[in-house]
Amino acid sequence: MNSEKKIRSGMKKKKIFGTVMAYAVLIIISIIWLFPFVGLTLQSFRSYDPNVEYGGMVDYLIPKHFSLDNYRFLFSGETNYLIWYRNTLVIAVFVSILQTIVILCVSYALSRMRFKGRKLLMRFWLILGMFPGFLTMICLYFLLKQFGLTQAGAIPGLILVSVASSGMGYYVCKGYFDTIPKALDDAARIDGASRARIFLTMIIPMSKPIIIYTALVAFMAPWCDYIFASYVAFGHDASYNVAVAMTRWVWTNDYQGYFTRFCAGGILVAIPVTILFMALQNYYVEGVTGGAVKG
Amino acid sequence: MKGDAKTKISYLILGFGQMVRGQWVKGIAFLTTEILFILYMVKFGGTYLSKITTLGTVETYKEGRKTVYGDNSFHILLFGILTIIVIIAFICIWYLNIRDNLKAEALLKQGKKLPSNTKVLRSLLDENFDKTLMTLPVAGVFLFTVIPIIFMICIAFTNYDAKHQAPANLFTWVGLDNFKELLSFGTQGMGMTFFKVLAWTVTWAFFATFIDYFLGLAVAMLINKKEIKLKKLWRTILVLTIAVPQFVSLLYVMKMFANDGLINGYLMKWGWISSPIPFWVDPMLSRVMIIVVNIWIGIPYLMLITTGLLMNIPSDLYESARVDGANSWQAFIHITLPYMLFVTGPFLLTQFTGNLNNFNVIYLLTQGRPQSINLANNAGSTDLLVTWLYKMTINDSNYRMAAVIGIMVFIVTAVVTMVVYNRLPSVRDEEGFQ
Repeated sequence: MNSEKKIRSGMKKKKIFGTVMAYAVLIIISIIWLFPFVGLTLQSFRSYDPNVEYGGMVDYLIPKHFSLDNYRFLFSGETNYLIWYRNTLVIAVFVSILQTIVILCVSYALSRMRFKGRKLLMRFWLILGMFPGFLTMICLYFLLKQFGLTQAGAIPGLILVSVASSGMGYYVCKGYFDTIPKALDDAARIDGASRARIFLTMIIPMSKPIIIYTALVAFMAPWCDYIFASYVAFGHDASYNVAVAMTRWVWTNDYQGYFTRFCAGGILVAIPVTILFMALQNYYVEGVTGGAVKG
Repeated sequence: MKGDAKTKISYLILGFGQMVRGQWVKGIAFLTTEILFILYMVKFGGTYLSKITTLGTVETYKEGRKTVYGDNSFHILLFGILTIIVIIAFICIWYLNIRDNLKAEALLKQGKKLPSNTKVLRSLLDENFDKTLMTLPVAGVFLFTVIPIIFMICIAFTNYDAKHQAPANLFTWVGLDNFKELLSFGTQGMGMTFFKVLAWTVTWAFFATFIDYFLGLAVAMLINKKEIKLKKLWRTILVLTIAVPQFVSLLYVMKMFANDGLINGYLMKWGWISSPIPFWVDPMLSRVMIIVVNIWIGIPYLMLITTGLLMNIPSDLYESARVDGANSWQAFIHITLPYMLFVTGPFLLTQFTGNLNNFNVIYLLTQGRPQSINLANNAGSTDLLVTWLYKMTINDSNYRMAAVIGIMVFIVTAVVTMVVYNRLPSVRDEEGFQ
């Protein structure tokens, strides 16, 4: 009896120890994960007036003087920050809507209809996806230039390029459609509904999670698009998106104290995107998990 | 030639048969394509196609202060390819036209009626709805992915680089010269550099995929523990790295570890080190740093994916294991891990190939630097093949070698995919865990 009690209390102790360890690990992880964001926020409130405090890179975390200088600078119109922000927002909204429509169309056709060359097309697109995207950059640039969609026209150009090839990203959405029983389609067709009607009035309303996932992913991508955006808008300041413009601030370095301005600009970009993501997190998880299992 | 007179005329005049038989919509569609095709060939395509074997022979020269433009090799190649594709597409349409004619003829012979024009149009919303849905997306992929890729594959066999830039200079076909240069190990060749960059690309993809995977799995299991409270909070903290745009978070982290950055600043202030740790300057250290920072980004993503999957493991498996006296480590090795690897096999494969081409992390953190004198063509120690390709295009205008590298990336990706995919347990044995 007694020894059994001892074992049980020993196990309990072990369990408590394990829980404490688990919490300790989680707290350490959280600190590591949060540190850069805390740093980013704190530094965005540092002044860039050299008389008060240097606005470039410094070796301490907490500003000696808190100020809103950097934010004021962004809104002052000295740079095109507001235009860059608007550009990115416009691209993100359009890409998100159009790309979702394209992906829904392709996924429905590939999931529900059996047409000649369907398998071939899917295999062909799979192989196309193995070529690195940047390979085609100069050719795409040239194509866009023919239509006047570079430099001053870079915004519609970027939207066009992002949407044009988006059909190839149908995997997750098609996987979702595949799980909707075909018997539903068949029943509706017997009742005389056309394919288009089934698609618009049955499948789409049933696919809310995957639509939100697709739109969310498409919306977030343009905020990070540096490579192609900088190439297409090359040298035309008013056509930059935030990623291109802010990256320049960091890379041309901080001789004028642009580092803290980058922090402030980054915060203003991150806040709305992060809130949106957090609000729609569950849909995102559903999408990536489904995509991962389907492969 | 088969068919009656109406069909036979359709061999030359597309859509004739359909129009005579009353199918106006189809007929006009076919006829318009033919007219457009002929116009295209006469006005535009023909000249380019005739020059594609040489990519132009007339040099651009200066007459006094005026530049007289000769042939533009870039245009000739691109529009030549376009023309070839247009011709192939037209032959397909021509064939469809003949088949449609023959079908209509057979139907009429049997005494049946042809579908009316409205019915043909309406079928686009019903049994032919796939055509309506797929036309634009397929055309988009064709114009913005397929043609550019064919074009760049062709560039790999030309001498298009900084010295041969259209329109000032011509470039032309050079056969396999670029591939020979890439694989030659002489002082002029890029062989050593190529294999070094390739080795780092594969190493990086391996570590980035598997370290993230196992750590992500571990964190997911940790948060899934029964005793842990506030699960949602921990997950939300981690997920921040997915939500915040990478150019913000990665650029900040890059600066944090810079020589004059926060980390070095504090370490020196506390007297732990006397001179800054060269995080982004030392080749080996910067490689490690990239992998470490990538863990910071990768764990949350894998945690999200594995959390859901872990819950799918039937709990009676664990219970019976405990009855058999297995401890939690054994349960992990014999139940959790095999199950997870089985389910996520294809995902790991796409992660791996994705990491082979993971541009953002490398470029935002180091841009491929530090530079090394041991590497040719401005490759840096942390350059992946794709970032090297990008720098060749942007900085050096070395389009021919960039194209060759691009083809190499494709080959590596395709080989890895083919070899691994068919060995995946979930592909070989779909019922395995069901």
